[in-house]
Amino acid sequence: MHMSKKPDPLKESEAILSGSRRDFLKTSSLLSAMALTPAAVIEAAEHQWDEKFADAAEKIPVTLQVNGVSYSVKVEPRMTLLDLLREQLNLTGSKKGCDRGQCGACTVHVNGVRINSCLSLAVCNEGKKVTTIEGLATGDQLHPMQEAFIKHDGFQCGYCTSGQIMSAVALVKEGRTQSREQISEFMSGNICRCGAYSNIVKAIQEVKNNQA
Amino acid sequence: MDKPSFTFDRRKFLKVAGGGLIVAFVSKDFLSFARESSPQGSPSVPISEVGAWLHIGEDGLVTVYTGKVEVGQNIRTSLSQIVAEELKLPVSSITMIMGDTDLAPYDAGTFGSRTTPQMGTQLRRAAATAREALLEMAAKQWDAPITGVNAENGMIVNSATGQKIGYGALTKGQQILRTISDDVPVIAAKHWKIAGKTVPKVDGRLFISGKHVYTSDMVVPGMLYGKVLRAPSYNAKLVTADISKAKAMPGVTVVRDGDFIGVVAPDVLAAGKALQLIDAQWQEESGQPSTANVFDYLVKNAAGEDGERGSASTKGNVETGLKESDFQLSQTYHINYIAHVPLEPRAALAEWTDGKLTVWTGTQRPFGVQEDLVGVFKLAKQQVRVIVPDTGSGYGGKHSGEAAIEAARLAKVVKKPVKIVWTREEEFTWAYFRPGGVIDVAAGVKNDGTITSWKFVNYNSGTAGMDTQYKTANRQITHLPSKTPLKQGSYRALAATGNVFARESHMTDLARLIKMDPLEFRLKNLDDDRFKTALQAAAKAFGWNGPKAPGHGYGIAGGFEKGGHIATCAEVLVNEDKEVKVLRVTQAFECGAIVNPHQLENQVTGAIVQGLGGALFEKIDFAAGKILNSSLSAYRVPRFSDIPHIEVVLINRKDLPSAGAGEAGIIGIAPAIRNAILDATGIGLTTMPMIPNGTLTT
Repeated sequence: MHMSKKPDPLKESEAILSGSRRDFLKTSSLLSAMALTPAAVIEAAEHQWDEKFADAAEKIPVTLQVNGVSYSVKVEPRMTLLDLLREQLNLTGSKKGCDRGQCGACTVHVNGVRINSCLSLAVCNEGKKVTTIEGLATGDQLHPMQEAFIKHDGFQCGYCTSGQIMSAVALVKEGRTQSREQISEFMSGNICRCGAYSNIVKAIQEVKNNQA
Repeated sequence: MDKPSFTFDRRKFLKVAGGGLIVAFVSKDFLSFARESSPQGSPSVPISEVGAWLHIGEDGLVTVYTGKVEVGQNIRTSLSQIVAEELKLPVSSITMIMGDTDLAPYDAGTFGSRTTPQMGTQLRRAAATAREALLEMAAKQWDAPITGVNAENGMIVNSATGQKIGYGALTKGQQILRTISDDVPVIAAKHWKIAGKTVPKVDGRLFISGKHVYTSDMVVPGMLYGKVLRAPSYNAKLVTADISKAKAMPGVTVVRDGDFIGVVAPDVLAAGKALQLIDAQWQEESGQPSTANVFDYLVKNAAGEDGERGSASTKGNVETGLKESDFQLSQTYHINYIAHVPLEPRAALAEWTDGKLTVWTGTQRPFGVQEDLVGVFKLAKQQVRVIVPDTGSGYGGKHSGEAAIEAARLAKVVKKPVKIVWTREEEFTWAYFRPGGVIDVAAGVKNDGTITSWKFVNYNSGTAGMDTQYKTANRQITHLPSKTPLKQGSYRALAATGNVFARESHMTDLARLIKMDPLEFRLKNLDDDRFKTALQAAAKAFGWNGPKAPGHGYGIAGGFEKGGHIATCAEVLVNEDKEVKVLRVTQAFECGAIVNPHQLENQVTGAIVQGLGGALFEKIDFAAGKILNSSLSAYRVPRFSDIPHIEVVLINRKDLPSAGAGEAGIIGIAPAIRNAILDATGIGLTTMPMIPNGTLTT
């Protein structure tokens, strides 16, 4: 890989405007940034492989921590974090309700922050710490939010429950539990079609009050 | 007592149960018929006549086999309570095997709020029969009188000597088969110690830990992933399809059978990609109805008066009745098509092994899906097994087995297990909807509150909730089927969601015409004590006669559905921008003897929440054979921030048989809110959903 090339802005823009990915990679001054681009992609560009073969070679290595365990995997760039968890790591606790970030059933924590894992690409989580529903309990000891969900019966069919609990745990950490209205507003990304909302709010309030 | 021995399919029983005590429920009618037809005293009972069975093993643990399925309504817990009560055992010693066509007796399906009254009753009697059998065995073993032995905490106790023996020890080494009839003594609800109490969900830990395996989570060795090519619109015909690029993908099989094209791939992403690589040309059908003209379409295509069916009642003459009235009110209500939106989309895992097909799938009708598979693949019933893991909800929207058939088709070709999980878009498009409808109501009322005439015509959406419990001197209630542009089917409470909206809106409008309080008007026209009790309970808890600030409105509605009486009061606030906020809802609910109070409250609350959607903003938009809002960003469902303060008042009638409760709770919320908006603004809305944009449009 020729990283020592001096940048030529004109050639760079031409490459971009011509729309050719292969040309862009060959001429771009951003080649220096190619350290972050998977070697497979560069290889494909250099060899002028067409899309099909480039895709086949395009599995990207990612190392991340999930529930305290380190994983080194190879994923397609399009693979979501949700699919990585469910399909490759066999952690099916996080659910796919819409795959579009609209229902919240896939909520996990990444570096302590709640996200819709279906909206995060696996490759974007290099070096990050992911927590899923499977990682909340400590052995047989349930997380207080899990206990509260059982106590207040915060679920019916259970499909949204993993996402609800992960969202709720983060919500408490965020401090957005000052009122029922605030809880409701900031949990609105998690749908419960069975309508267990009132009990979920009670569970969250219990955990919040026990923390005080 | 004469206990006939029946020739069951013993292999099926014994394979499942081994030694111990088996009690099978066979209806009394069938028992008499069977006895008559077999004078030798050994009639044979086909498995289809057996409703439920339970088994007490040598370890004293109880296994219950039922064809019902768990979709979040928590019958897994309530049925366990019913059995535990009769057997005097802790709930934890009951295991429920549900929804497995190989292990459970035939069941028509989990719908209609029938599990508690029917399956609950069968299991209650089965458990009571088991208890009686154990008492007899112990009495015999100890040579004690039957009155001297009691069941307590999983043991039979000899009250005279204090001897105890566990259920398992009693049945050890035996294979006892008992059948039950309707008159076995059961424990009355007022004496309940386990049923009637709030018991936490028996499998709760599995769900809050993410450990429960839904169909969509399943993985079996050698499993591949399937996807089906969908048409761009309804009624489209496949013209050509170039599958070469998809076929060329490593590990991908393309299955083609007429218009059915599916792909099978080693992983989910590859399956999606393979599908995208199929180049298909379709001929789409033009001139299909749209949301804009659907109501005209339903009326125009309705069966004529001579084609009517499902008339609930005709009494007297509605025209005469109108002439006798002081006020007349004629109004048309419009009910839009809506979607169930179960959070787990349809999914199925199909595996063919030595000519036997096993399919795991989330359906409310495992035996129905079994029949579908038998038909599609021309198999014998014993060659098809359908298993329903506890499923991510149904709400009446999962009666069918589309994904099961699709997965089985693909699995048959590739000779490997195939899992199909529908996308949210597929779930919005290729399942079925709650029927849309048009309802014409014409009524006449006298100044003293007497309803002299009541004419109610439902176009298309159905007969449920069409009837009126109010006293009407002359009535004519009719349902006219129509052509439906969208595939329609069951939904929670069926057409009652629309029919009760129309009826209860009309009732309040009539009350206002004669300047009578809407609650008083209803009570005046009711003889039904259970309905009156529910109305009064809701009104009292709500504070119906309380003061209202400007912009606030109160509404009331009530109904009866599937054995449940409900009454709903709602308070709304309408601001200067005509935005409507539902502040609080109080709903009274009575369904006989309550099996699990907290879980019942959850069902009722959940029904109210779901009903809010259909009442306020849920609506399927469609045109040219396409669903236009097939995503959760475009089809709005109730979220945390939509929920008002909800108070549920449960009325426990221990003297009445337990009815089901999955559906009735949804029927009152829409008219209650509608009537509250009317009270606040004078605007009487007549379309469901009422305020799709959040504000009233004049």
